[in-house]
Amino acid sequence: MKISKQQLYETLRRSWMQVTLGVILLLPLAIGLSLVYKAWPLLKPSMLQGILFGTEWVPLQGKFGLWPFIWSSLLVSVMGLVFMIPVCLCSAIYITQYAPRWIFWSLRSVIDILAGIPSVIFGLWGMITVVPLVAELAKTFDAENITGYSVLAAAVVVSFSVLPFILNMLIELFSSVSSELKESALSLGASYLQVIKDVIVRKLRPGIIATFTLGVSKAFGETIAVLMVVGNVVQIPSSLFSPGYPLPALLANNYGEMMTIPMYDAALMLSALLLLIIVVLFNYLAHSVIRYYFSKL
Amino acid sequence: MRNKKNIEESIAKIVMGSFTMLIVIVLFSILAGIFVKGLPALNWAIVSQVPKGGYYFGKEGGILNAILGTAYLAAGASLLAVIISVPTALYIHTYLFSHPRWQKRVRLWLDVLWGVPPIVYGAFGFNLMLFMGWPTSLLAAIVTVSFLISPVMIRAMDESLQQVSPGLFESAISLGFYKGEIGYRFLLKQTLPGVATAFLLALGKGIGDTASVLFTAGYTDYIPESLKEPVATLPLAVFFQLSSPIPEVKARAYAAAVVLTIIILVISILSRLISKKLSKNKVE
Repeated sequence: MKISKQQLYETLRRSWMQVTLGVILLLPLAIGLSLVYKAWPLLKPSMLQGILFGTEWVPLQGKFGLWPFIWSSLLVSVMGLVFMIPVCLCSAIYITQYAPRWIFWSLRSVIDILAGIPSVIFGLWGMITVVPLVAELAKTFDAENITGYSVLAAAVVVSFSVLPFILNMLIELFSSVSSELKESALSLGASYLQVIKDVIVRKLRPGIIATFTLGVSKAFGETIAVLMVVGNVVQIPSSLFSPGYPLPALLANNYGEMMTIPMYDAALMLSALLLLIIVVLFNYLAHSVIRYYFSKL
Repeated sequence: MRNKKNIEESIAKIVMGSFTMLIVIVLFSILAGIFVKGLPALNWAIVSQVPKGGYYFGKEGGILNAILGTAYLAAGASLLAVIISVPTALYIHTYLFSHPRWQKRVRLWLDVLWGVPPIVYGAFGFNLMLFMGWPTSLLAAIVTVSFLISPVMIRAMDESLQQVSPGLFESAISLGFYKGEIGYRFLLKQTLPGVATAFLLALGKGIGDTASVLFTAGYTDYIPESLKEPVATLPLAVFFQLSSPIPEVKARAYAAAVVLTIIILVISILSRLISKKLSKNKVE
């Protein structure tokens, strides 16, 4: 009698565990399906090309060219990557290889705090600090748009909002290199820098590339911080100082009107679907590489 | 030759050190920027009143609606996330204990899920809300945010569960305990600090997120009294008031940002203290 009661409890526990696991594992599919369902009217092969590569965005006339948005998104995340690479790589190497113990720990706290800062605060910082700086820069370069609300400002903000995430992974990656390997290189007469350059970084290269891939995909999905500094003008940005309008910003800005204009919601959900597909693909590849890497170390 | 090596080394060290300094400088410039702009606007009236008539033209009122709204939303969402996350994390370490390959697959999937942008969760939450026939409400926001923070919570718990030695599970199973029982009675107890930090990590993410609740919360000037009423949150308050051309309203956006930043900082410090304090009584 007692046993069967315990068995019943266990069955309950196990089924609840399985239900929650199922919910979590099916969540991406549910998200994907709901977006596909909503975007269905626009998902015909004949229309799709016109939407993805079309440059005209006039919802009232049923013209939903997403290309300016896709292009802005790409530009912001790639520029963000350009800023991210030196900062993340150098500081990860400094933190793991050179920094004394106390600096290591205090920097870990700095990164943790930075990681917790909400994206709206990053956006606010961008408006207060980054945008005026970019405006100054734009004036000296004689750019067309001197307000500072530009792709460049968005790239700077996004690179710092993604930074803690990347840095934590890089630090983990760099700490995973065995000290034996370092010591044997050092005993052969290599300088510390040479060890880092020719042994550690070379050994970790695929892992580092995968980590930055994650960074790009995170930057791609960054919404509020980018939206606040990017200017939000529908156009294909002609220079770094011109304003852009990335995909997530498009979604965030227009949710209010999307029920009133026909097909508008389908177009917006299509852009969400696009974001989902790109990000999931990038993440899946990058995480697979990192996994493979850690299993070999 | 030797000299060149040394010079190279010291230059590299300086360059790397200065990039590292840049991160610290950015953190301080963020905090300084927010506090310098926001602290002058912050006073008791702002944090203790809801918006009154003419608030959005610079008249009286405060952001209590957003503060309490954030609290309700965060409490509800993290509670729901715990209900989803704890069993899932334990399942990975009990029933999947002898299936390392499946453990890896689940982890990979969770990592992918972690990377899905909040705005996509927001769009999904919006669709779900329409599908279920809910209005823009606290309930819809709670569900959306709990989906957003669950993967974070599960992965963080999973990381700390991985620190528990497999011997614990093996000896418990040899004593005849059920797998689920081992999970809740032993593994969970062993990783309590990890679970607490995972909770706080997810809580912080839930409090700070704007994009996911943009569609579902439905901003309001009132404090919600039931799950079916719309809710305001602090990040939304910052976001919406910032676009106002009136300086008084803009100043309140900065004040809201200060409140939000302080809450996030407190959570961050708290999670540090907890992980330090609770990790003392642990079986190795």
